[in-house]
Amino acid sequence: MNNSRRSFDVLVVGAGPAGIAAACCAAQAGVRVGIVDNNARPGGQIWRGETQDSNVADAADWLRKLASSRAEILAPMEVFAQPEAGRLTATSSDGVCELGYKKLILCTGARERFLPFPGWTLPNVMGAGGLQAVVKSGMDIAGKKVILAGSGPLLLAVGAHLRAHGADVRTIAEQAPWSRLIRFGMALASRGRKISQALQLKKRLSRIAFRAGCWVVAAEGDGKVESVTLRTVHKTWREPCDYLACGFHLVPNTELASLLGCELRGGFVRTDEFQQSSVSGIYCAGEPTGIGGLELSIAEGQIAGFAAAGQRERAQEYFGEQKSQRRFSMALERAFMLRDELRPLASAETIVCRCEDVKFGRLREQSSWRAAKLQTRCGMGPCQGRICGPAVEFLFGWKAESARPPIFPVAVESLAATACAE
Amino acid sequence: MPKAFSVTVNGAQVDATEDMTALAAILLSGTTTLRRSVSGEQRGALCGMGVCFECRVTINGEHHCRSCQIRCAQEMDIRTDE
Ligand SMILES: Cc1cc2nc3c(=O)[nH]c(=O)nc-3n(C[C@H](O)[C@H](O)[C@H](O)COP(=O)(O)OP(=O)(O)OC[C@H]3O[C@@H](n4cnc5c(N)ncnc54)[C@H](O)[C@@H]3O)c2cc1C
Ligand code: FES
Repeated sequence: MNNSRRSFDVLVVGAGPAGIAAACCAAQAGVRVGIVDNNARPGGQIWRGETQDSNVADAADWLRKLASSRAEILAPMEVFAQPEAGRLTATSSDGVCELGYKKLILCTGARERFLPFPGWTLPNVMGAGGLQAVVKSGMDIAGKKVILAGSGPLLLAVGAHLRAHGADVRTIAEQAPWSRLIRFGMALASRGRKISQALQLKKRLSRIAFRAGCWVVAAEGDGKVESVTLRTVHKTWREPCDYLACGFHLVPNTELASLLGCELRGGFVRTDEFQQSSVSGIYCAGEPTGIGGLELSIAEGQIAGFAAAGQRERAQEYFGEQKSQRRFSMALERAFMLRDELRPLASAETIVCRCEDVKFGRLREQSSWRAAKLQTRCGMGPCQGRICGPAVEFLFGWKAESARPPIFPVAVESLAATACAE
Repeated sequence: MPKAFSVTVNGAQVDATEDMTALAAILLSGTTTLRRSVSGEQRGALCGMGVCFECRVTINGEHHCRSCQIRCAQEMDIRTDE
């Protein structure tokens, strides 16, 4: 096994928009920069599959900047532990790699929130961003009937993307009521760029039934999903589909930050205005500090990159953008709050923890996340509670416990190698 | 243009490129069940981004590979539902 060691002045974990911006700015300041991602190529979620020749202008610009910077791209490589301060361990196809750093910038992004309902474990029920990711990585969706359900602006972005790839997008069911969406729309109206993005989206989504105040109550099918039952406060009905793409907005990936001892507040990593976390020398940018979209991720990445490289004046140039985008982030949170009707969707027989097949009925008997883990193994499988944790928090109000190493499952021989290195 | 070749999914040949993930190749082959859960349920991919572990399959004999995170390569042998 190759157990290589590398050292950087500034190490960035995550090569989405925040990480790319951070790495470019730090490299511009002239220090030694490394950027790690567990995907084969940089881009993160929104720029998955994009290249320097992309017709998505932001993506092409930033990917070109990164390629021409002196930052070293380490991918695919997955960070799983920190044996001691200043040293992370990661797995790659060659085995375990050690990554030394003086300053660290965590840009680990977000994932979708999934909520359990009868039938949600059927094949072809996927996340909205999940289905989009699979299409971006080569699956053919042309002619397939797709229903999008859940919450958040991602549903619209995915609807437009799937339709552009020939999908027959039937319905978009947004759980948030019109009243909240209209207020959100008014908040957008003060932002030129967001409103023009929204108008373009509207054009690309023409003739798709968009229903607000509408949510999925069940998915049905034999071996895979064949239909979906949707509900509004007035009625319940069934629609046929080949895929149900369903995600309830986003939750931050804070496992690594939490492992490194960074303080969380309200589920997000707390930072100062230079994006530094409660642990000196560890910065955090992008979705783990608050779900705020592309522009906020980039602004925070720029600030973190310059600040970590010691150029605080240059970092300050982005404070205005950071503040303005944070207001948008708060508007997002208010608009897409989950409605109470989503709580009773799971029946006693509905699986909540997909790794260990723990049913809602068993969880209901527990008193805390810890008790649920001990009694039912909920959250103890390979996803380590990344999928069931946010659902359990919504259903029962139990907060997940802090992360433990390894934060991703690692082959025994890799762990052994880490132990030897210690 | 990315290089084109074929991979096998449960013994059947599927056209692929190095830009495609193993998961995309599996779904293109018409296979929807990737694995069995601990109680025997059929499962397919969920997150598409490496966090849910529902897309685990056997690739070139190695078990528990997250097919959404692995790119296709020439002569790759993919087996689902094992
Ligand atoms: C599935 C999905 C699809 C989305 N699609 C869209 C879209 O189409 N349009 C849109 O406007 N917004 C989309 N978003 C929202 C978008 O991700 C954000 O608005 C923003 O761009 C996030 O940027 P980021 O850099 O903070 O995080 P991300 O883009 O999420 O980047 C984080 C990166 O860190 C990597 N990473 C995390 N942990 C580790 C680790 N331990 N080791 C190594 N690498 C690690 C991840 O794999 C990822 O590549 C999507 C979100 C999700 C979850
Ligand atoms: S689909 Fe979730 S890990 Fe691959």
